[in-house]
Amino acid sequence: MPSLPTISEKDEARAAASDAGAPEGSFDAPTASAHDEATIAYVTSLGDDALILGQRLSEWCGHAPALEVDLSLANMGLDLIGQATNWLGLAARHDERYANADALAFHRDVLDFRNCLLVEQPNGDFAQTMARQLLFSTWQHLLLERLAGASDEAIAGIAAKSVKEVAYHRELSHDWVVRLGDGTEESKRRMAAGLDWCWRFIPELFEVTEELEALVQRGIAVDPRSFEEEYRAALAATLEEATLDAPAEQRPILGGRRGHHSEHLGHLLAVMQYLPRTYPEAKW
Amino acid sequence: MSDWPLWEVFVRAKGGLSHRHVGSVHAPDREMALNHARDTYTRRLEGVSLWVVKSSDIVASDPDQSGPTFEPAADKVYRHPTFYEIPDEVKHI
Repeated sequence: MPSLPTISEKDEARAAASDAGAPEGSFDAPTASAHDEATIAYVTSLGDDALILGQRLSEWCGHAPALEVDLSLANMGLDLIGQATNWLGLAARHDERYANADALAFHRDVLDFRNCLLVEQPNGDFAQTMARQLLFSTWQHLLLERLAGASDEAIAGIAAKSVKEVAYHRELSHDWVVRLGDGTEESKRRMAAGLDWCWRFIPELFEVTEELEALVQRGIAVDPRSFEEEYRAALAATLEEATLDAPAEQRPILGGRRGHHSEHLGHLLAVMQYLPRTYPEAKW
Repeated sequence: MSDWPLWEVFVRAKGGLSHRHVGSVHAPDREMALNHARDTYTRRLEGVSLWVVKSSDIVASDPDQSGPTFEPAADKVYRHPTFYEIPDEVKHI
């Protein structure tokens, strides 16, 4: 006689949860379950931002302009991949379809990724990489500072843990943008071009969908518009110190949060996902 | 990048210990030197405080002069405080 399958941790947790509260299938009170679909999608988007930028930064490994810079970029990439592991791990714990963070990272296709378009943009030269980092880390830092006070303990915990790492990313990218902007004629030209490339992806960072609005109402998510002014002021201060003019406002490109990505993400995923998809049980 | 000056890096492993020389980094200026030192030498929780000093600011003894500089101390054992009887009650000497 075949033995019964072992009880998965997930089922056990669900059983414990339903024992403790209302029986499964009953109507939830409006705010009963913090980890509903919208919350999972929000947490996934935070994880995807970190994962994709971490993967992008890892492409510099062995190619940075100096050994010290190589280490800076690799450290930053590893910080972000660590954050992605936490966010996606949290998402997977509440999503039946995925066993763990790795499943979310390696076994989703491009349309299922919820990262903003900024982080998937190619590295370009070092100046463009630093422009992207300044624009993203400044936003991420302001967001995480506020998210650390969110009503959901798990979300607030990951935010509080990540915020110190991101404070350094923000400082380092600021330092580089200032030095390249206020450097030689060539470094200034490249820094301006890098900022110009990234600038059109800023509005997406402050886009608020209906789902996000609902999460903000419940105290789970942070409304990015609450720190948009501070963000713009911080960028303006960096640009002034770097003796650079702000790039002209361009037609914004939106859609990453809905899975409408640029062609760059597919190529990034092909490299990132190749090994675990080809050798699903590979260990190293 | 090849014209970046060299900086010597000193790390204090924990409070109460002195800073120890751990190596050097290249960097364009003092703030970046500190960033590079952090990323290169404290990424595995090695320290609680960092110093960087421009290598060119360090005054070093001349290796060719090591005879006159150091050898005169070689035969002066009386400079070591080892000729005293320490009473048993005195600890931590």
